[in-house]
Amino acid sequence: MNTIINPRLSGLSCLEGRDLFDGFAKKTPHLADPKAKLDRKVVDSIEEAVRRTGLKDGMTISFHHGFREGDKTINMVVEILAKMGFKDLTLAPSSLLNVNSVLIEHIKSGVIRRIYSSGMRGKLAEAISNGLMDNPINIHSHGGRVALIQSGEIAIDVAFLGVSVCDAFGNANGVSGKSRCGSLGYAMVDAQFARNVVMLTEEIAPYPNTPASIRQDQVDWIVKVDQVGDPSKISVGAARATTNPRELLIARLSADVMEHSGYFEEGFSMQTGTGGSATATTRFLEHRMRRKGIKCAWALGGQTGGMVDLHKKGLIDTLLDTQSFDADAADSLRTSPKHVEISTSVYANPFSKGTAIDRLDMVILSALEIDVDFNVNVLTGSDGVMRGASGGHSDTAAGANLSIVVAPLIRSRIPTVVKRVTTLVTPGETVGVLVTDHGIAVNPRRPEIAERLKAAGLPVFSIEDLYKRAISLTGEPQPIEFLDKVVGIVRYRDGSVIDVVRQVKA
Amino acid sequence: MTLRRSMLFLPGSNAAMLSTAFVYKPDSIMFDLEDAVSLREKDSARLLVFHALQMPIYEGIERVVRINPLNTPFGPKDLEAAVRGGVDVVRLPKTDCAEDVYQLEAEVEKIEKACGRTVGSTKLMAAIESASGVVNAVSIAKSSSRMMGIALAGFDYVIDMQTQRGDGTELYYARCAVLHAARAAGIDAFDVVFSDLNDEEGFLKEVDLIKRLGFNGKSLINPRQIELLHNAYAPTQEDVDYAKRVVAAAEQAERDGLGVISLNGKMIDAPIVAHANRVLQRAAASGVRK
Repeated sequence: MNTIINPRLSGLSCLEGRDLFDGFAKKTPHLADPKAKLDRKVVDSIEEAVRRTGLKDGMTISFHHGFREGDKTINMVVEILAKMGFKDLTLAPSSLLNVNSVLIEHIKSGVIRRIYSSGMRGKLAEAISNGLMDNPINIHSHGGRVALIQSGEIAIDVAFLGVSVCDAFGNANGVSGKSRCGSLGYAMVDAQFARNVVMLTEEIAPYPNTPASIRQDQVDWIVKVDQVGDPSKISVGAARATTNPRELLIARLSADVMEHSGYFEEGFSMQTGTGGSATATTRFLEHRMRRKGIKCAWALGGQTGGMVDLHKKGLIDTLLDTQSFDADAADSLRTSPKHVEISTSVYANPFSKGTAIDRLDMVILSALEIDVDFNVNVLTGSDGVMRGASGGHSDTAAGANLSIVVAPLIRSRIPTVVKRVTTLVTPGETVGVLVTDHGIAVNPRRPEIAERLKAAGLPVFSIEDLYKRAISLTGEPQPIEFLDKVVGIVRYRDGSVIDVVRQVKA
Repeated sequence: MTLRRSMLFLPGSNAAMLSTAFVYKPDSIMFDLEDAVSLREKDSARLLVFHALQMPIYEGIERVVRINPLNTPFGPKDLEAAVRGGVDVVRLPKTDCAEDVYQLEAEVEKIEKACGRTVGSTKLMAAIESASGVVNAVSIAKSSSRMMGIALAGFDYVIDMQTQRGDGTELYYARCAVLHAARAAGIDAFDVVFSDLNDEEGFLKEVDLIKRLGFNGKSLINPRQIELLHNAYAPTQEDVDYAKRVVAAAEQAERDGLGVISLNGKMIDAPIVAHANRVLQRAAASGVRK
């Protein structure tokens, strides 16, 4: 029963059932306590934060993978949850990498029962491909993850977000402090949609910490930890800078394709994804842009030192950054007003009210396999084992005016161009051009592109010819033997199922 | 016009490289059985190269095999495999005098006859890697009608000269001597490898020097250098435009029955016209500089 402070309100039938004022701090008790008012979100340990979130067995936890191979947050938190006795959790990070192989133990012990991720690598991926989990893992794209979150399928109960610095209210960014991962594009989505947000920070900065990539009104609890990630390991693996001559050859050829595609005009936009050749393409664009006297209006997606270099030289006006692949990109995000952080929802969510990829001219994408219908596999290797990530592949391919897939024709003795991809991730109808070290193939759906590239004297072949050349060098590969058990469900960016991955026969 | 700007070295023992290196489109590709192959891989490398030579994928690229010296247990076997495999050019390392080439030529001819190859179809080139080789460069270059070129190999040469690689001064005499020997014999000349792969600027500086000296091209140890080299050797658009004007003026003068040619007030003589024609041929073969 309320203590009615204002006697004029008593007995009024028109106020029946209304909540009557009962003191300024009745519903916000922290305001009555000067210390709690300022520090109520900061707790001493991850365990304490977990208790306060009300996390229970069977719930869903999420993370961002902005530190890529340098991430320390996922393994640390899951270890603690295991010790606290949690079971049957659904793990829904934006992605998993080699560094996360310790999760195998927590899957075996039942701490983790389900996984949603953009991809997986290393021992964890091998174990899951070999049937480690009872429930198949769901693989989604970056945009598709947001779609699954919005649809309610991924209902994040607690997001654990590692950042280099935030203030006591949770205003956080990845561009200041010690371990800077740059853009928090993935984490911004979790902060927006999770029921509870636990911020793990290396440093609590004076209020207000700006810029606030994650805002104070999105954060429930804050825990100071020693280290959330090692930024020097961000550009390891898929995001590395290459000196491999073959990757550079492909990169140069893909820059030629961009130049002569018809989209290389003043004010064009582009994305060059991860993978040696894709990232290296950037460095071959400067000369071509200067020669033609044009500038790029904006570049999208994962940003690298190469992109930042062109930005600083005035050749790219704006960088839209959903993930920073190296320290140069993270620094530029802090210092350049035209280097802008965007969430993966703004980047690629198919059901967002505005998705950047829909306005994209050209994107360079990698592939593990591409088949004669231009379908692309970026998930499973030639042994059928998961070893990659969906990432923004199917998103950008669907949105961009021209998607250019780059890959060596052969990796060691394994052909990249195949009759039928082992796993379908990106449908061929959204792929424009394939660039290999042996030449270029253009999707027959894009005859105008083929015309332009041929007119420029580029080595254009049919994809069947490239396939035949690959087979002539490697021989016909033995088909992979799979068991019936489905270990992975591949979701297209709109949430529909586009393929499944089966357990490989050992 | 046969371009020999780039001769890419490939270790004969590296099967992956042998099966894919053609994609870099060097003018010549040199399968190495000598220094780049360890002792225990000599036999397997020879077998790999023998098969690589017979693959159609190297079409359009001159195939060279560097054999071990003939006085080693490997040299004669290497030569047998190279000639029978259909190699275009056998490269003899550490060539000190013309006698080395005579010996090689005799062996090559024996193998050609034995396996049914047209006698003389196997070309030869010599690598000069010592002071003796440099001093004997002319006789080496003129030693056989099979000789297509001589190459200076810098590493062993500077050791023999009791110096080390530096700004190029240490190679000055050797470069000039090898180049003159090649030109006097009417064959091609190849410059040393540039081993610092990350020093693009230094590489291009050296390329500029050897191009001005008159070398046909360079030995390369990494495909990354091919495009840079080819581009540096390509005539510029201005060169091509000027060459076209020279050739047009020469043709006009001939039509007008004039002995003396003039372009923009400058006298044009036969060597200038010949050079202009070479520029145009080179542009047709390699494109213009980007």
